[in-house]
Amino acid sequence: MNRLRTWFLAPARTLNFVFFLVPLAIILAYSLMSRGIYGGVEMPWTFESYQRLFDPLYGGILMRSFAISLLSTVLCLVLGYPLALFIARSGARRNLYLNLVMLPFWTSFLVRTYAWMFLLRDTGLINTVLLAMGVIREPLPLLYNDGAVVLGLVYGYLPFMVLPLYTTLERLDKSLFEAAADLGARPFVAFVQVMLPLSMPGIRAGSILVFISCIGAYLTPDLLGGSKTIMIGNVVQNQFTGARDWPFGAACSLVLMALVMILLKLFLRKGEDQLL
Amino acid sequence: MKSSRWLSAYAVGVYAFLHVPLLVLAAFSFNASKFTVWQGFSLEWYRLAFANDVLVESAWNSLWIALASTAIATTAGTLCAYGLWKRKAPILAGSLYLSLVTPEIVTGVSLLALYQWIFRFLRLQLGMHTVILAHVAFCLAYVVITVIARLRTFDASLEEAAMDLGATEWQAFRLVTLPAILPGVIAAALLAFTVSIDDYVITSLVAGVDSETLPMVVYQMARRGVSPVVNAISTLLVLFLGILIVASERLQQRT
Repeated sequence: MNRLRTWFLAPARTLNFVFFLVPLAIILAYSLMSRGIYGGVEMPWTFESYQRLFDPLYGGILMRSFAISLLSTVLCLVLGYPLALFIARSGARRNLYLNLVMLPFWTSFLVRTYAWMFLLRDTGLINTVLLAMGVIREPLPLLYNDGAVVLGLVYGYLPFMVLPLYTTLERLDKSLFEAAADLGARPFVAFVQVMLPLSMPGIRAGSILVFISCIGAYLTPDLLGGSKTIMIGNVVQNQFTGARDWPFGAACSLVLMALVMILLKLFLRKGEDQLL
Repeated sequence: MKSSRWLSAYAVGVYAFLHVPLLVLAAFSFNASKFTVWQGFSLEWYRLAFANDVLVESAWNSLWIALASTAIATTAGTLCAYGLWKRKAPILAGSLYLSLVTPEIVTGVSLLALYQWIFRFLRLQLGMHTVILAHVAFCLAYVVITVIARLRTFDASLEEAAMDLGATEWQAFRLVTLPAILPGVIAAALLAFTVSIDDYVITSLVAGVDSETLPMVVYQMARRGVSPVVNAISTLLVLFLGILIVASERLQQRT
Protein backbone atom coordinates (compact mmCIF):
# COMPACT_ATOMS: atom_id res chain seq x y z
CA MET A 1 0.00 0.00 0.00
CA ASN A 2 2.63 2.48 1.04
CA ARG A 3 4.75 1.72 -1.98
CA LEU A 4 2.23 3.26 -4.38
CA ARG A 5 2.12 6.41 -2.31
CA THR A 6 5.88 6.68 -2.54
CA TRP A 7 5.61 6.39 -6.32
CA PHE A 8 3.10 9.23 -6.36
CA LEU A 9 5.68 11.48 -4.77
CA ALA A 10 8.59 10.29 -6.90
CA PRO A 11 8.24 12.52 -10.00
CA ALA A 12 7.85 15.74 -8.02
CA ARG A 13 10.57 14.69 -5.61
CA THR A 14 12.98 14.05 -8.49
CA LEU A 15 12.12 17.30 -10.28
CA ASN A 16 12.38 19.33 -7.09
CA PHE A 17 15.67 17.69 -6.17
CA VAL A 18 17.37 18.02 -9.57
CA PHE A 19 16.04 21.44 -10.55
CA PHE A 20 15.85 23.19 -7.19
CA LEU A 21 18.00 21.62 -4.47
CA VAL A 22 20.97 20.58 -6.62
CA PRO A 23 21.22 24.04 -8.24
CA LEU A 24 21.22 25.61 -4.78
CA ALA A 25 23.99 23.23 -3.70
CA ILE A 26 26.02 24.20 -6.77
CA ILE A 27 25.52 27.88 -5.92
CA LEU A 28 26.70 27.18 -2.39
CA ALA A 29 29.84 25.47 -3.71
CA TYR A 30 30.51 28.25 -6.25
CA SER A 31 30.19 30.93 -3.58
CA LEU A 32 33.17 29.36 -1.81
CA MET A 33 35.37 29.09 -4.91
CA SER A 34 37.58 31.55 -6.77
CA ARG A 35 36.69 33.50 -9.86
CA GLY A 36 37.87 31.93 -13.13
CA ILE A 37 39.91 33.98 -15.58
CA TYR A 38 37.37 33.50 -18.39
CA GLY A 39 34.31 33.49 -16.15
CA GLY A 40 33.18 30.37 -14.32
CA VAL A 41 34.88 29.18 -11.16
CA GLU A 42 38.25 27.80 -10.11
CA MET A 43 39.92 26.32 -7.08
CA PRO A 44 41.03 27.02 -4.33
CA TRP A 45 38.21 27.34 -1.82
CA THR A 46 37.96 30.80 -0.32
CA PHE A 47 35.69 33.09 1.70
CA GLU A 48 36.69 36.06 -0.40
CA SER A 49 33.28 36.49 -2.06
CA TYR A 50 31.56 36.79 1.30
CA GLN A 51 34.18 39.27 2.50
CA ARG A 52 33.45 41.44 -0.53
CA LEU A 53 29.89 41.88 0.72
CA PHE A 54 31.33 44.12 3.43
CA ASP A 55 32.88 46.34 0.76
CA PRO A 56 31.27 49.81 1.19
CA LEU A 57 29.97 49.64 -2.39
CA TYR A 58 28.06 46.40 -1.90
CA GLY A 59 27.21 47.11 1.72
CA GLY A 60 25.64 50.32 0.42
CA ILE A 61 23.57 48.43 -2.15
CA LEU A 62 22.42 46.04 0.55
CA MET A 63 21.34 48.93 2.79
CA ARG A 64 19.61 50.65 -0.12
CA SER A 65 17.72 47.46 -0.98
CA PHE A 66 16.63 47.24 2.64
CA ALA A 67 15.50 50.87 2.76
CA ILE A 68 13.59 50.65 -0.55
CA SER A 69 11.90 47.41 0.51
CA LEU A 70 10.95 48.78 3.93
CA LEU A 71 9.48 51.97 2.46
CA SER A 72 7.53 49.95 -0.14
CA THR A 73 6.18 47.66 2.59
CA VAL A 74 5.01 50.59 4.73
CA LEU A 75 3.31 52.20 1.73
CA CYS A 76 1.62 48.90 0.86
CA LEU A 77 0.30 48.71 4.41
CA VAL A 78 -1.01 52.28 4.30
CA LEU A 79 -2.74 51.65 0.97
CA GLY A 80 -3.75 48.08 1.66
CA TYR A 81 -5.22 48.20 5.17
CA PRO A 82 -8.19 50.45 4.42
CA LEU A 83 -8.77 48.57 1.17
CA ALA A 84 -8.80 45.21 2.97
CA LEU A 85 -11.18 46.66 5.56
CA PHE A 86 -13.44 47.97 2.82
CA ILE A 87 -13.54 44.55 1.15
CA ALA A 88 -14.14 42.72 4.44
CA ARG A 89 -17.13 44.97 5.17
CA SER A 90 -18.68 44.91 1.72
CA GLY A 91 -20.96 41.94 2.30
CA ALA A 92 -22.06 39.92 -0.70
CA ARG A 93 -19.76 41.70 -3.10
CA ARG A 94 -16.57 40.89 -1.23
CA ASN A 95 -15.49 38.17 -3.65
CA LEU A 96 -15.84 40.50 -6.61
CA TYR A 97 -13.88 43.24 -4.85
CA LEU A 98 -11.16 40.82 -3.80
CA ASN A 99 -10.85 39.48 -7.35
CA LEU A 100 -10.47 43.05 -8.59
CA VAL A 101 -7.32 43.25 -6.45
CA MET A 102 -6.00 39.82 -7.40
CA LEU A 103 -6.69 39.95 -11.13
CA PRO A 104 -3.95 42.44 -12.06
CA PHE A 105 -1.62 40.53 -9.78
CA TRP A 106 -1.84 37.39 -11.90
CA THR A 107 -1.59 39.20 -15.21
CA SER A 108 1.90 39.89 -16.50
CA PHE A 109 4.28 41.49 -14.02
CA LEU A 110 6.40 42.68 -16.94
CA VAL A 111 3.47 44.46 -18.56
CA ARG A 112 2.52 46.11 -15.28
CA THR A 113 6.07 47.41 -14.91
CA TYR A 114 6.07 48.61 -18.52
CA ALA A 115 2.82 50.48 -17.82
CA TRP A 116 4.73 52.72 -15.40
CA MET A 117 7.53 53.27 -17.93
CA PHE A 118 4.83 54.37 -20.35
CA LEU A 119 3.37 56.80 -17.81
CA LEU A 120 6.57 58.16 -16.27
CA ARG A 121 9.16 58.60 -18.98
CA ASP A 122 10.12 61.98 -20.46
CA THR A 123 7.80 61.49 -23.42
CA GLY A 124 5.34 59.56 -21.27
CA LEU A 125 1.73 60.40 -20.57
CA ILE A 126 2.20 62.39 -17.37
CA ASN A 127 4.93 64.63 -18.76
CA THR A 128 3.09 65.08 -22.06
CA VAL A 129 -0.09 66.17 -20.29
CA LEU A 130 1.72 68.51 -17.89
CA LEU A 131 3.69 70.07 -20.76
CA ALA A 132 0.55 70.54 -22.84
CA MET A 133 -1.21 72.18 -19.92
CA GLY A 134 1.74 74.52 -19.45
CA VAL A 135 2.32 73.42 -15.86
CA ILE A 136 5.95 72.60 -16.63
CA ARG A 137 8.33 73.71 -19.35
CA GLU A 138 10.62 70.73 -19.34
CA PRO A 139 9.75 67.10 -18.67
CA LEU A 140 10.06 66.09 -15.03
CA PRO A 141 12.60 63.32 -14.38
CA LEU A 142 10.00 60.87 -13.11
CA LEU A 143 11.58 57.64 -14.32
CA TYR A 144 14.92 56.00 -13.51
CA ASN A 145 15.13 56.93 -9.82
CA ASP A 146 14.40 55.47 -6.37
CA GLY A 147 10.89 56.91 -6.31
CA ALA A 148 9.94 55.11 -9.52
CA VAL A 149 11.27 51.83 -8.11
CA VAL A 150 9.26 52.22 -4.89
CA LEU A 151 6.16 53.06 -6.94
CA GLY A 152 6.67 49.99 -9.14
CA LEU A 153 7.18 47.71 -6.13
CA VAL A 154 4.11 49.03 -4.30
CA TYR A 155 2.06 48.64 -7.46
CA GLY A 156 3.38 45.15 -8.05
CA TYR A 157 3.07 43.69 -4.57
CA LEU A 158 0.06 45.47 -3.05
CA PRO A 159 -2.11 42.34 -3.51
CA PHE A 160 0.33 40.40 -1.29
CA MET A 161 -0.58 42.82 1.50
CA VAL A 162 -4.31 42.96 0.87
CA LEU A 163 -4.96 39.22 0.78
CA PRO A 164 -3.69 38.24 4.27
CA LEU A 165 -5.10 41.46 5.76
CA TYR A 166 -8.50 40.70 4.29
CA THR A 167 -8.40 37.13 5.63
CA THR A 168 -7.72 38.43 9.15
CA LEU A 169 -10.16 41.33 9.08
CA GLU A 170 -12.95 39.22 7.66
CA ARG A 171 -12.80 36.89 10.65
CA LEU A 172 -12.95 39.65 13.27
CA ASP A 173 -16.09 39.73 15.36
CA LYS A 174 -17.89 42.97 14.62
CA SER A 175 -19.56 43.02 18.03
CA LEU A 176 -16.17 43.75 19.61
CA PHE A 177 -16.16 47.22 18.03
CA GLU A 178 -19.78 47.78 18.96
CA ALA A 179 -18.86 46.87 22.52
CA ALA A 180 -15.94 49.32 22.43
CA ALA A 181 -18.27 52.03 21.11
CA ASP A 182 -20.93 51.22 23.71
CA LEU A 183 -18.32 51.54 26.41
CA GLY A 184 -17.53 55.01 25.14
CA ALA A 185 -14.48 54.52 22.97
CA ARG A 186 -14.26 56.99 20.13
CA PRO A 187 -13.77 55.42 16.66
CA PHE A 188 -10.07 56.26 16.58
CA VAL A 189 -9.45 54.83 20.07
CA ALA A 190 -11.48 51.72 19.23
CA PHE A 191 -9.39 51.30 16.10
CA VAL A 192 -6.03 51.65 17.83
CA GLN A 193 -6.89 49.66 20.95
CA VAL A 194 -9.17 46.96 19.58
CA MET A 195 -8.95 46.51 15.85
CA LEU A 196 -5.25 47.08 15.26
CA PRO A 197 -4.03 44.53 17.84
CA LEU A 198 -6.52 41.96 16.56
CA SER A 199 -5.38 42.43 12.97
CA MET A 200 -1.71 41.96 13.79
CA PRO A 201 -1.49 38.45 12.23
CA GLY A 202 -2.62 39.85 8.88
CA ILE A 203 -0.33 42.87 9.16
CA ARG A 204 2.62 40.63 9.96
CA ALA A 205 1.96 38.11 7.20
CA GLY A 206 1.24 40.79 4.58
CA SER A 207 4.29 42.85 5.51
CA ILE A 208 6.65 39.91 5.39
CA LEU A 209 5.32 38.74 2.02
CA VAL A 210 5.71 42.20 0.52
CA PHE A 211 9.13 42.74 2.08
CA ILE A 212 10.66 39.47 0.88
CA SER A 213 9.26 40.06 -2.60
CA CYS A 214 10.78 43.55 -2.68
CA ILE A 215 14.18 42.56 -1.31
CA GLY A 216 14.53 39.92 -4.04
CA ALA A 217 13.19 42.19 -6.79
CA TYR A 218 15.10 42.31 -10.03
CA LEU A 219 12.82 43.41 -12.85
CA THR A 220 11.41 46.53 -11.18
CA PRO A 221 14.74 48.21 -10.31
CA ASP A 222 16.12 47.03 -13.65
CA LEU A 223 13.41 48.76 -15.70
CA LEU A 224 12.32 51.66 -13.49
CA GLY A 225 15.52 52.42 -11.59
CA GLY A 226 18.43 54.49 -12.81
CA SER A 227 22.05 53.40 -12.96
CA LYS A 228 22.36 54.31 -9.27
CA THR A 229 19.22 52.49 -8.16
CA ILE A 230 20.45 48.96 -8.21
CA MET A 231 19.32 46.39 -5.65
CA ILE A 232 20.82 43.05 -4.61
CA GLY A 233 18.90 41.20 -7.33
CA ASN A 234 20.57 43.32 -10.00
CA VAL A 235 24.01 42.66 -8.50
CA VAL A 236 23.32 38.91 -8.71
CA GLN A 237 22.20 39.14 -12.34
CA ASN A 238 25.16 41.30 -13.30
CA GLN A 239 27.74 38.92 -11.79
CA PHE A 240 26.35 36.03 -13.82
CA THR A 241 25.99 37.87 -17.14
CA GLY A 242 28.05 41.06 -17.39
CA ALA A 243 30.81 40.99 -14.78
CA ARG A 244 31.24 37.21 -14.98
CA ASP A 245 32.20 36.92 -11.32
CA TRP A 246 30.19 33.79 -10.52
CA PRO A 247 31.51 33.21 -6.99
CA PHE A 248 30.47 36.70 -5.91
CA GLY A 249 27.09 36.39 -7.64
CA ALA A 250 26.60 33.06 -5.89
CA ALA A 251 27.50 34.57 -2.50
CA CYS A 252 25.00 37.41 -3.06
CA SER A 253 22.32 34.86 -4.02
CA LEU A 254 22.86 32.87 -0.86
CA VAL A 255 22.82 35.96 1.35
CA LEU A 256 19.55 36.98 -0.30
CA MET A 257 18.12 33.53 0.21
CA ALA A 258 19.27 33.37 3.85
CA LEU A 259 17.71 36.78 4.46
CA VAL A 260 14.37 35.62 3.08
CA MET A 261 14.40 32.43 5.15
CA ILE A 262 15.39 34.19 8.38
CA LEU A 263 12.67 36.82 7.92
CA LEU A 264 10.03 34.16 7.25
CA LYS A 265 11.13 32.17 10.28
CA LEU A 266 11.13 35.25 12.52
CA PHE A 267 7.89 36.84 11.47
CA LEU A 268 5.57 34.02 10.54
CA ARG A 269 4.14 32.04 13.41
CA LYS A 270 3.85 28.30 13.22
CA GLY A 271 1.11 27.29 10.85
CA GLU A 272 1.21 30.50 8.85
CA ASP A 273 4.17 29.23 6.87
CA GLN A 274 2.47 25.99 5.98
CA LEU A 275 1.00 26.47 2.57
CA LEU A 276 1.26 22.76 1.96
CA MET B 1 -22.13 56.28 8.49
CA LYS B 2 -19.53 58.92 7.76
CA SER B 3 -16.48 56.72 8.26
CA SER B 4 -17.71 54.10 5.79
CA ARG B 5 -18.07 56.77 3.11
CA TRP B 6 -14.46 57.77 3.64
CA LEU B 7 -13.46 54.15 3.45
CA SER B 8 -15.28 53.68 0.15
CA ALA B 9 -13.67 56.78 -1.33
CA TYR B 10 -10.26 55.53 -0.25
CA ALA B 11 -10.95 52.12 -1.76
CA VAL B 12 -11.99 53.71 -5.06
CA GLY B 13 -8.68 55.57 -5.07
CA VAL B 14 -6.65 52.41 -4.50
CA TYR B 15 -8.60 50.54 -7.18
CA ALA B 16 -7.86 53.40 -9.57
CA PHE B 17 -4.16 53.10 -8.70
CA LEU B 18 -4.30 49.38 -9.50
CA HIS B 19 -6.28 49.55 -12.74
CA VAL B 20 -5.87 52.95 -14.40
CA PRO B 21 -2.23 52.43 -15.52
CA LEU B 22 -3.19 49.25 -17.41
CA LEU B 23 -6.30 50.84 -18.87
CA VAL B 24 -4.32 53.85 -20.09
CA LEU B 25 -1.68 51.51 -21.54
CA ALA B 26 -4.40 49.62 -23.41
CA ALA B 27 -6.13 52.81 -24.60
CA PHE B 28 -2.95 54.10 -26.22
CA SER B 29 -2.47 50.85 -28.12
CA PHE B 30 -5.38 52.08 -30.27
CA ASN B 31 -3.87 55.52 -30.82
CA ALA B 32 -3.21 56.59 -34.41
CA SER B 33 -0.11 58.55 -33.37
CA LYS B 34 3.27 57.11 -32.42
CA PHE B 35 3.49 59.73 -29.67
CA THR B 36 1.59 59.95 -26.43
CA VAL B 37 -0.97 62.35 -27.90
CA TRP B 38 -4.39 61.03 -28.83
CA GLN B 39 -4.96 61.36 -32.60
CA GLY B 40 -7.83 59.02 -33.27
CA PHE B 41 -8.55 55.32 -33.30
CA SER B 42 -6.31 52.92 -35.21
CA LEU B 43 -5.42 49.24 -35.28
CA GLU B 44 -2.09 49.96 -36.97
CA TRP B 45 0.03 48.85 -33.98
CA TYR B 46 -1.75 45.50 -33.83
CA ARG B 47 -1.12 45.03 -37.55
CA LEU B 48 2.57 45.84 -37.02
CA ALA B 49 2.79 43.47 -34.06
CA PHE B 50 1.43 40.55 -36.11
CA ALA B 51 3.69 41.47 -39.04
CA ASN B 52 6.78 41.34 -36.81
CA ASP B 53 8.41 37.94 -37.37
CA VAL B 54 10.55 38.07 -34.21
CA LEU B 55 7.47 38.79 -32.10
CA VAL B 56 5.33 36.11 -33.68
CA GLU B 57 8.05 33.50 -33.42
CA SER B 58 8.70 34.34 -29.76
CA ALA B 59 4.96 34.06 -29.07
CA TRP B 60 4.95 30.54 -30.53
CA ASN B 61 8.03 29.66 -28.45
CA SER B 62 6.26 30.92 -25.33
CA LEU B 63 3.18 28.90 -26.16
CA TRP B 64 5.06 25.61 -26.71
CA ILE B 65 7.17 26.12 -23.60
CA ALA B 66 4.09 26.87 -21.51
CA LEU B 67 2.18 23.87 -22.87
CA ALA B 68 5.05 21.45 -22.29
CA SER B 69 5.97 22.70 -18.83
CA THR B 70 2.30 22.85 -17.79
CA ALA B 71 1.77 19.24 -18.86
CA ILE B 72 4.79 17.99 -16.91
CA ALA B 73 4.24 20.18 -13.83
CA THR B 74 0.52 19.36 -13.64
CA THR B 75 1.09 15.61 -13.86
CA ALA B 76 3.92 15.53 -11.33
CA GLY B 77 2.24 18.14 -9.12
CA THR B 78 -1.14 16.39 -8.99
CA LEU B 79 0.41 13.03 -8.07
CA CYS B 80 2.56 14.81 -5.48
CA ALA B 81 -0.43 16.64 -3.97
CA TYR B 82 -2.27 13.33 -3.68
CA GLY B 83 0.77 11.70 -2.06
CA LEU B 84 1.17 14.58 0.40
CA TRP B 85 -2.53 14.47 1.22
CA LYS B 86 -2.22 10.78 2.08
CA ARG B 87 0.93 10.91 4.14
CA LYS B 88 3.33 13.45 5.50
CA ALA B 89 6.55 14.19 3.62
CA PRO B 90 7.86 17.23 5.50
CA ILE B 91 11.15 17.52 3.62
CA LEU B 92 9.49 17.55 0.19
CA ALA B 93 6.73 19.90 1.39
CA GLY B 94 9.33 22.22 2.92
CA SER B 95 11.45 22.18 -0.21
CA LEU B 96 8.46 23.00 -2.42
CA TYR B 97 7.54 25.84 -0.08
CA LEU B 98 11.12 27.11 -0.25
CA SER B 99 11.02 27.04 -4.05
CA LEU B 100 7.98 29.29 -3.86
CA VAL B 101 9.60 31.96 -1.68
CA THR B 102 13.03 31.91 -3.34
CA PRO B 103 13.59 35.15 -5.26
CA GLU B 104 13.23 34.51 -9.00
CA ILE B 105 16.67 35.86 -9.75
CA VAL B 106 18.23 33.31 -7.37
CA THR B 107 16.27 30.44 -8.97
CA GLY B 108 17.40 31.72 -12.37
CA VAL B 109 21.13 31.94 -11.70
CA SER B 110 21.19 28.65 -9.81
CA LEU B 111 19.53 26.86 -12.75
CA LEU B 112 22.00 28.56 -15.10
CA ALA B 113 24.85 27.27 -12.92
CA LEU B 114 23.34 23.75 -13.00
CA TYR B 115 23.02 23.77 -16.78
CA GLN B 116 26.54 25.10 -17.34
CA TRP B 117 27.87 22.42 -15.01
CA ILE B 118 25.99 19.66 -16.87
CA PHE B 119 27.19 21.01 -20.22
CA ARG B 120 30.76 20.30 -19.18
CA PHE B 121 29.96 16.61 -19.45
CA LEU B 122 27.31 16.55 -22.16
CA ARG B 123 27.38 18.23 -25.54
CA LEU B 124 24.21 20.25 -25.01
CA GLN B 125 23.28 23.90 -25.22
CA LEU B 126 20.75 26.25 -23.71
CA GLY B 127 17.49 26.05 -25.64
CA MET B 128 13.81 25.20 -25.41
CA HIS B 129 14.48 22.14 -23.25
CA THR B 130 16.37 24.09 -20.58
CA VAL B 131 13.60 26.70 -20.46
CA ILE B 132 10.89 24.04 -20.21
CA LEU B 133 12.62 22.25 -17.32
CA ALA B 134 13.20 25.55 -15.51
CA HIS B 135 9.51 26.39 -15.86
CA VAL B 136 8.52 22.95 -14.56
CA ALA B 137 10.71 23.59 -11.52
CA PHE B 138 8.94 26.79 -10.50
CA CYS B 139 5.41 25.82 -11.61
CA LEU B 140 5.43 22.62 -9.56
CA ALA B 141 4.75 24.27 -6.19
CA TYR B 142 1.83 26.29 -7.61
CA VAL B 143 0.21 23.09 -8.88
CA VAL B 144 0.73 21.20 -5.62
CA ILE B 145 -0.81 24.02 -3.54
CA THR B 146 -3.85 24.39 -5.79
CA VAL B 147 -4.57 20.66 -6.02
CA ILE B 148 -4.04 20.05 -2.29
CA ALA B 149 -6.54 22.81 -1.51
CA ARG B 150 -9.05 20.90 -3.63
CA LEU B 151 -8.22 17.57 -1.99
CA ARG B 152 -8.93 19.05 1.44
CA THR B 153 -12.55 19.50 0.39
CA PHE B 154 -12.75 15.90 -0.84
CA ASP B 155 -14.29 13.26 1.41
CA ALA B 156 -11.65 10.56 1.93
CA SER B 157 -14.29 8.01 2.93
CA LEU B 158 -15.45 7.82 -0.71
CA GLU B 159 -12.07 6.42 -1.62
CA GLU B 160 -12.12 4.00 1.30
CA ALA B 161 -15.55 2.81 0.19
CA ALA B 162 -14.19 2.12 -3.30
CA MET B 163 -11.36 0.09 -1.84
CA ASP B 164 -13.73 -1.80 0.47
CA LEU B 165 -15.65 -2.73 -2.65
CA GLY B 166 -12.51 -4.20 -4.18
CA ALA B 167 -10.80 -1.37 -6.04
CA THR B 168 -7.02 -1.26 -5.88
CA GLU B 169 -5.40 1.89 -4.56
CA TRP B 170 -4.58 3.00 -8.11
CA GLN B 171 -8.13 2.31 -9.31
CA ALA B 172 -9.56 4.26 -6.38
CA PHE B 173 -7.36 7.21 -7.27
CA ARG B 174 -8.07 7.09 -11.00
CA LEU B 175 -11.79 6.34 -10.90
CA VAL B 176 -12.96 8.08 -7.72
CA THR B 177 -10.58 10.74 -6.45
CA LEU B 178 -9.18 12.13 -9.71
CA PRO B 179 -12.59 12.82 -11.32
CA ALA B 180 -13.70 14.53 -8.10
CA ILE B 181 -10.69 16.84 -7.93
CA LEU B 182 -10.48 17.42 -11.71
CA PRO B 183 -11.69 21.05 -11.56
CA GLY B 184 -8.85 21.74 -9.12
CA VAL B 185 -6.36 20.02 -11.42
CA ILE B 186 -7.50 22.07 -14.43
CA ALA B 187 -7.36 25.25 -12.34
CA ALA B 188 -3.81 24.34 -11.33
CA ALA B 189 -2.85 23.74 -14.96
CA LEU B 190 -4.25 27.12 -16.01
CA LEU B 191 -2.32 28.77 -13.20
CA ALA B 192 0.92 27.01 -14.17
CA PHE B 193 0.36 27.99 -17.79
CA THR B 194 -0.09 31.65 -16.80
CA VAL B 195 2.98 31.70 -14.60
CA SER B 196 5.04 30.05 -17.33
CA ILE B 197 3.96 32.27 -20.20
CA ASP B 198 4.59 35.44 -18.20
CA ASP B 199 8.01 34.64 -16.75
CA TYR B 200 10.85 36.89 -17.79
CA VAL B 201 13.53 36.78 -15.07
CA ILE B 202 14.28 33.04 -14.97
CA THR B 203 13.64 32.50 -18.68
CA SER B 204 16.03 35.22 -19.81
CA LEU B 205 18.85 33.51 -17.90
CA VAL B 206 18.33 29.96 -19.18
CA ALA B 207 17.12 30.63 -22.75
CA GLY B 208 19.31 30.02 -25.79
CA VAL B 209 19.42 31.88 -29.09
CA ASP B 210 16.62 29.77 -30.60
CA SER B 211 14.29 29.98 -27.62
CA GLU B 212 13.51 33.66 -27.08
CA THR B 213 10.11 34.00 -25.44
CA LEU B 214 7.49 36.73 -25.81
CA PRO B 215 8.33 38.43 -22.48
CA MET B 216 12.01 38.56 -23.52
CA VAL B 217 11.15 40.34 -26.77
CA VAL B 218 8.71 42.67 -24.99
CA TYR B 219 11.43 43.49 -22.46
CA GLN B 220 13.93 44.36 -25.19
CA MET B 221 11.38 46.54 -27.00
CA ALA B 222 10.39 48.30 -23.77
CA ARG B 223 14.06 48.96 -23.05
CA ARG B 224 14.63 50.45 -26.48
CA GLY B 225 11.99 53.15 -26.10
CA VAL B 226 8.50 54.25 -26.94
CA SER B 227 6.60 52.06 -29.32
CA PRO B 228 2.85 51.60 -29.26
CA VAL B 229 3.53 48.09 -30.59
CA VAL B 230 4.57 47.18 -27.03
CA ASN B 231 1.24 48.59 -25.81
CA ALA B 232 -0.59 46.43 -28.33
CA ILE B 233 1.19 43.19 -27.33
CA SER B 234 0.81 44.08 -23.65
CA THR B 235 -2.92 44.56 -24.08
CA LEU B 236 -3.30 41.21 -25.83
CA LEU B 237 -1.17 39.46 -23.20
CA VAL B 238 -3.11 40.92 -20.27
CA LEU B 239 -6.44 40.04 -21.87
CA PHE B 240 -5.30 36.49 -22.61
CA LEU B 241 -3.87 35.90 -19.12
CA GLY B 242 -6.89 37.61 -17.54
CA ILE B 243 -9.27 35.18 -19.23
CA LEU B 244 -7.19 32.19 -18.09
CA ILE B 245 -7.09 33.46 -14.51
CA VAL B 246 -10.81 34.12 -14.34
CA ALA B 247 -11.39 30.59 -15.69
CA SER B 248 -8.99 29.16 -13.10
CA GLU B 249 -10.73 31.05 -10.27
CA ARG B 250 -14.15 29.86 -11.42
CA LEU B 251 -12.98 26.26 -11.42
CA GLN B 252 -11.43 26.56 -7.98
CA GLN B 253 -14.62 27.94 -6.49
CA ARG B 254 -16.90 25.36 -8.11
CA THR B 255 -17.91 22.55 -5.82
